[in-house]
Parts: sequence; structure tokens; C-alpha cells
Amino acid sequence: MAWDRNQMAARAAQELRDGYYVNLGIGIPTLVANNIPDGMEVTLQSENGMLGIGPFPYDDEVDPDLINAGKQTISQLPSSSYFDSAFSFGMIRGGHIDLTVLGAMEVSEKGDIANWMIPGKMVKGMGGAMDLVAGVKKIIVVMEHVSKNGDPKFIPECTLPLTGMNVVDMIITDLCVFHRPDHESPFRLIELAPDVTAEEVAEKTTARYES
Amino acid sequence: MKKIYPDAAAALEGLLSDNMTICAGGFGLCGIPERLIDAIRDSGVTGLTVVSNNAGIDNEGLGKLLRTRQIRKMISSYVGENKEFERQYLAGELEVEFCPQGTLAERCRAGGAGIPGFYTKTGAGTIVAEGKEHKEFDGETYILERGIRADLSIVKGWRADEAGNLQFRKTARNFNLPMATAGRICIAEVEEIVPVGTIDPDCIHLPSIYVKRMILGAPYDKKIEFRTVRQREAA
Repeated sequence: MAWDRNQMAARAAQELRDGYYVNLGIGIPTLVANNIPDGMEVTLQSENGMLGIGPFPYDDEVDPDLINAGKQTISQLPSSSYFDSAFSFGMIRGGHIDLTVLGAMEVSEKGDIANWMIPGKMVKGMGGAMDLVAGVKKIIVVMEHVSKNGDPKFIPECTLPLTGMNVVDMIITDLCVFHRPDHESPFRLIELAPDVTAEEVAEKTTARYES
Repeated sequence: MKKIYPDAAAALEGLLSDNMTICAGGFGLCGIPERLIDAIRDSGVTGLTVVSNNAGIDNEGLGKLLRTRQIRKMISSYVGENKEFERQYLAGELEVEFCPQGTLAERCRAGGAGIPGFYTKTGAGTIVAEGKEHKEFDGETYILERGIRADLSIVKGWRADEAGNLQFRKTARNFNLPMATAGRICIAEVEEIVPVGTIDPDCIHLPSIYVKRMILGAPYDKKIEFRTVRQREAA
């Protein structure tokens, strides 16, 4: 049984540590917030200028001046702080954020990531993704193992324009987890989803990795 | 010197010209200078280069200036949620310079701080780095990005005093602060103007030196792009 979206997010949440400051991307990464282990203190950063993201507001507490980077309404916590975009990205670029979880269209065996544009399609822009992968201490990619067409997404070289070069530390797919201890080492297959075999992963992966 | 103007059109008097560059604050529809955008639309000024993280949505924010074809070029990090933008961009009518969000914020901060360029890791090894100077620092590759200076900045604040000291509210601060510093002239629209001395000087986000003109823009009907809520559990 492959992992579903929430199980992938729950697996990413296992990488959280007490006291971490974390930035979560849009989509499956956002679900990581629902899987923070009880008793663990994790502070979420929103790159539009907030530390300490609270849950979605109650209907009568919705505030147009309080949104996350996905432009969704959120709430504040007693420990929250606000700042401007330049300060926010100083925090990100300056290596003060411990962990980020992002989606991707492709990841290469050298840790390159492509997640912002498909040539020939309408380009919406990279937003803060390039800054996050360049600056955050640990980069976790959460993505489906293969594309909608069944093509591998963990591949020898990215075919799409890059978001960052040699930046990814861990890849969590619906089938398995790849990890590397540093940016010089190859990725290693460290975990399989229930009932998924190493052979199935090998079949659906063209990137080189250690097993 | 009086900084308070009766309305947005009066505040923009003498500052607009075709083909100028404008820095606009806001993130999505949060904290956008909507009164000033409306007045710029009504002025008919054209050929604008607009530096803004986003481009509004159809008929909201900068989307209004796109609809009237007053914008020639956008410098932005993310422009989704805008059909008219997409149409003009794909038709080659609108020039777009995509800039990573943090680099965009820093380019404006730097421009406003008298720093013409800076090196950043962001975008190294990507198409963003193409044609830019590369430099190694401590074994890592950085690219040179230019500071941005604009002819005019338009920002949205929450509360100002009569001297032009500004406070922002929650995540509506976003790009308003760096954008305010990048323009040769900055106009702020705010929700409330209070007498000098009302705001604790320790709690001012943008000192008055940056705000040359301002207007009271209230009442605002603030738009929400994605209204997400949770349910109260039954008692």
C-alpha cells in the first residue's frame, strides 16, 4: 500500500524536532502542520512576514490582513511575530530556518530540484521557492513517485528549469524515502511504504541511488 | 510641511508620467494601495513598469491597470490567479521579469538603502542566474543582483500620525516596507491618521522620512483571496 497524501505529510513530520522553525510549501507540505507530534514545539514561518502561524480562524475571526503565503486566512498565536518581506527572506536566506518541506515536479540524483515552470505552459513565477531552497538548512521534497503519465520524477538530470542546484536532502514519495547525509553523498533508499518492494521503487526510478 | 492630501488623485498630482517605474506594496490582495491604484488608472498614465510581488487578480489591485493596458512591464515573483495577465503575457503584449520573492524584496530594500547591487545564493544554477555576474565566497557560488530604485512608491499602511510615521497591521506589512524605501517619492494610503504623539515612537514601523505624501483611504472593503476557516467544536 503506497502512502496517501496525508501519510506522506505524516512521514515528513517525523523529521521535525523540538524547537524547530519550519517553512511549509503549498499542497501536501501544508498537511505537515496537522501532523506535528504532541508536546513538540515547532514554529511555522510564513514568508509573507509571520513567525508562529496559528490554525485557520473561526468564521467570525477571519481577518483579511492575516494570511499565509498561499493567501489563505490564518490566525495568530500568543508567540507570533510580524515583519516585512525583506526581513522575512533575510531569515530564510540567512539560514535561520531549520527545515522546509516543498513539492517538486522533478528531483535529480545530484539533489537539483525543479518545481516552478514547464516550458510552453503559462509561467506563474517561482514565488519564494528559489530563496527557500537556497537558504534553509534542510530541504525535504514531498512528491508523487511518478508523474501522471507514469514517468519517474526522481531522475538522473532534471529536464525542467531548475529551482535550485544540489539543495535537496530528503525525498518522500508515496512509495519510499530517499535521504543523503550531505550534499556530496548520493541518495540512499532508507524506507519503503507498507507492502512496497525495493524492486518496485527501482522500476519506477531512473536516478542512481544506494539501497 | 503638510503631507496629508485630500484624496489619491491630489496626492499623485505632478508625479505621474508615461513610461515611469512604480514600486507597489502588498502581497496578493493583502495590504495593496488600492486607492492609489484606482487613481493611477483614472489618470490614464501608460507604459508603466511596475515592481510588485504579484499582479493582483482580474479587476482587483494591479489587475485594474492590466485591464486598461497601462502596464508595459511587471517585475514580480508570482503572477497566478490573473486571466487578463495571462492573456497579455502569452500574446506578447506584456513584458514580465520574474524575480525570486526574497531577491525582489532585497533588491527594493537595497535600492532604498543606497546599495546598487548585492550577491545572493538564490537562483544560482538556474535561469535566474543567466547573464549575471557570478562570484565565489567561502566555496559557494553567488550571483549579483541589482538594487531597484523607482520614480514612485505606492504603499498601504494601517495607521499614520500627521508627521507620516507609519504602522502596518499583521501580514499586511509584507512588501510595503521595502517598497516604501525604494521610490524617490513615496505616497502612503492609510486607514487612520492620528495626531503626532499618539503612536509610541518605539512602535513605528516606517519612519516619517520615507512618507512624502499620504491620504486617508478608509473605509476599506478588504478582499480575501482564499477564505479558509475551522469549525467550532460543539460545547
